[in-house]
Amino acid sequence: MAHIHFPEGLPGILGPMAFSPATAKPLNALAEVLLRGPNSLSAADREMIATYVSSQNDCYFCQHAHGAVAAYRMQGNEKLIADIKVNFESAAISDKLKALLAIAGKTQKGGKQVTSADVERARQQGATDKEIHDTVLIAAAFCMFNRYVDGLATWAPADPEMYRENGKRLADVGYVHSTDNLPAAQK
Amino acid sequence: MAHIKLQEGLPGIRGLLVFSPETAKPMCDLVQVLLRDDHTLTRAEREMIGVHVSSENDCYYCQHCHGSTAAQLLGGSNDDYALIDQIKWDFEATPISDKMKALLAIAGKVQMGGKHVTTADVERARKQGATDKEIHDTVLIAAAFCMFNRYVDGLGTWQPHDPEMYVEIGKQTATKGYVNRDLSKRLESLATK
Repeated sequence: MAHIHFPEGLPGILGPMAFSPATAKPLNALAEVLLRGPNSLSAADREMIATYVSSQNDCYFCQHAHGAVAAYRMQGNEKLIADIKVNFESAAISDKLKALLAIAGKTQKGGKQVTSADVERARQQGATDKEIHDTVLIAAAFCMFNRYVDGLATWAPADPEMYRENGKRLADVGYVHSTDNLPAAQK
Repeated sequence: MAHIKLQEGLPGIRGLLVFSPETAKPMCDLVQVLLRDDHTLTRAEREMIGVHVSSENDCYYCQHCHGSTAAQLLGGSNDDYALIDQIKWDFEATPISDKMKALLAIAGKVQMGGKHVTTADVERARKQGATDKEIHDTVLIAAAFCMFNRYVDGLGTWQPHDPEMYVEIGKQTATKGYVNRDLSKRLESLATK
C-alpha cells in the first residue's frame, strides 16, 4: 500500500501526479524536453539512458515504463533493452552510447563519481557538450523520478502488455499531456 | 574545471542554467512550487529539507546556497546559520519541531533510495501531525535535490568556497525566490556579476 492516499488504480508516478498537479506540470515538462525535445541523441537513446538508471535504482515501474518506450522506438526490440540493463558494454549499441551510459551510471551513484576520463571516453566517440550535459541531467532526473515513485511506495503493475501499450502512447503522444485526464477526484 | 564548456564566473547550477535554458525553465518552476508556494510548512522548513539532502549527497554548492537561504528566511543571524550547520550534523539533536525531525528522517531515507522509506518512518511523521501533502512534498523535495546535486556535481561545476558569496545568494533567494518572469534576463544579470 502506498504511503499516502492516491486515487486508486493509478500505476507508478501517475498516483503522485494526480495527487499533486502543481508539481506534475514542471516534472512532465522536464521529461518532455529531456526525452523528446530536439536533440542530436535519438529519443530511443535517451529513453535507454532513463531505463538504465531506473534499473540501477531498482525502480520497477520506471525501468519498465521507459524500457517499453525505448523498445517501441527500436521496432519492438525488447531483448536489446534487457541486454542494456544486464551489461550495456556488451549490448548491440554504438560505442558513443556505451560511453554515455557509463557516465549515466556514475551519475546514478553520485555526481562526484563522474571523472574526466569518463567524459574523455565519450568525447573520443564524438559526444558533444550538449550530449554529455543531457546525459548527466537525464540520469540525475531519473534519480529524482525513481525516488519519487518508490519513496511513496506506489503500485507497479506486473503486466508487460500494460507497459507496451503505455510505451507506445508515451512515444507517440509525449509527456506534457500524459497526466491531463487523471481521475483526481474519482475513487 | 567543469566537464563541459560553461560561461565563466557562474558558480554551481547557474552556469548550467545558462548553458541549457530549455531545461532550466521546468527545473526552476519545480523548485519554485516546492520551496516557495503557499504551504503548511514554512519556506525555511522546506529549505532545511533541501539542505539536509544536499549535505548527505556532499554537494558543496547546493548545501551552502540553500543553507544560507534557510538561515536568511529565519532572520539571518549567526544563530540561524549555526542552526543550519547543526541540522547537517545531527538534526535529531536540534531545537526544530518533532514534526520537522520526522520529515527530515524521511528525506534522509529518500536520499539513500526510495525503497528505504518505511511505513514506520511515515507513521512517525503522521503522529507528529504531518499531512499527506507534507509527506508527499518532503519525498519530492528530497528526490529533486538528488537530481540537482547530481546535476551540479556530475558536470564538475565551479563551486567557490566563499562564505560571503553564499550569504549574498541566500539573501537574494530568500527575497526573490527561484522564478523570474524573464529567466533569461535574470541569467544575463547573473552573468555580468
